[in-house]
Amino acid sequence: MTIYYALFGLVVGIVLGNVCPYSLPPEYGRLLAVAVMAGLDAVLGGVRAVFEEKYSTAIFISGFFINGIMGALLCYFGAMLGIDMYMVAVLIFGMRIFQNIAIIRREYMAK
Amino acid sequence: MDLKANIIIAFVFAVLGFMLTVQFKTTERQRNIRIERVEELSERLRIVEAEKNQVQKELADLRKNSGHLMSDAELERLNLLAGTTEVYGPGLEITLDDSTSTKKLGENPNLYIVHDEDLLRILNELRAAGAEAISVNGQRIGAMSELRCAGPTVSINNVRSAPPYNIKAIGDPKTMASALRLRGGVVDTFGFWGITVKITESAKVVIPPQKTMRGYEYVKQSKKPKEDRQ
Repeated sequence: MTIYYALFGLVVGIVLGNVCPYSLPPEYGRLLAVAVMAGLDAVLGGVRAVFEEKYSTAIFISGFFINGIMGALLCYFGAMLGIDMYMVAVLIFGMRIFQNIAIIRREYMAK
Repeated sequence: MDLKANIIIAFVFAVLGFMLTVQFKTTERQRNIRIERVEELSERLRIVEAEKNQVQKELADLRKNSGHLMSDAELERLNLLAGTTEVYGPGLEITLDDSTSTKKLGENPNLYIVHDEDLLRILNELRAAGAEAISVNGQRIGAMSELRCAGPTVSINNVRSAPPYNIKAIGDPKTMASALRLRGGVVDTFGFWGITVKITESAKVVIPPQKTMRGYEYVKQSKKPKEDRQ
């Protein structure tokens, strides 16, 4: 049941994104990329938590938003200080995404 | 899971989908911009190059035509007309000096010296007899040359000359000499006042160019096409 809500939300988001006439200026594209990575990581983390049966909506939502916002903010200040936080964030979130996928796969196979 | 949690999850996914799409669009646009820019620039380069070739061709055409219009013969003719070059040819050399005869008492001494009018009469006579180039005391008589009285001297091309006056003219020597020596003509009158005139026919008279040229301030060329000359 939940998966339909999730898919419905995703479709609505994609449609909204397509309808939205604004697109980010290129210099902010990286920040959004980091936020997207954080969002994917949070979603996969949530799925993994469901499989591990310790899912909590509060943790999922706070993880999704706080990771995304903090990632983008860190990259923003990193750029101001001349530190490529973008690379670090992409690397860390990327690693976590693959880890989560691996765990989900294993849990799914185990069931 | 209760409805509230599901709605929150739907919202979270909506945010994720929105971010993904915007990010996708941003990247897409950047790529498009780069491609468009390259295409636009190469197109403009092509246009500008075509224009350049066109203009170069035009320039070459104009160069060729201008060379055709202003041939060497034409240029020489214009130079001769303007008197900007040294010229030579058969002609006359005339020396004119003030009267040597003793003037009678009470008579106007002005009658015994050479005046601008006398010179002008000679020039006029020479022109009428077909003189092609004339100089007075080394001053070429050009299209804008003046010859006028300037006190005891004569001003030609704004340069003052004193007697004796040496007039050179290129043309048919015989015609010009006989024109001057006509009975009742210029030279005849001079003889009456004792003004000495010496006319020598010469096979080669050299006439200098006009040294000072006034520019044209008021004259403007009208845009009518040049008439054919016979």
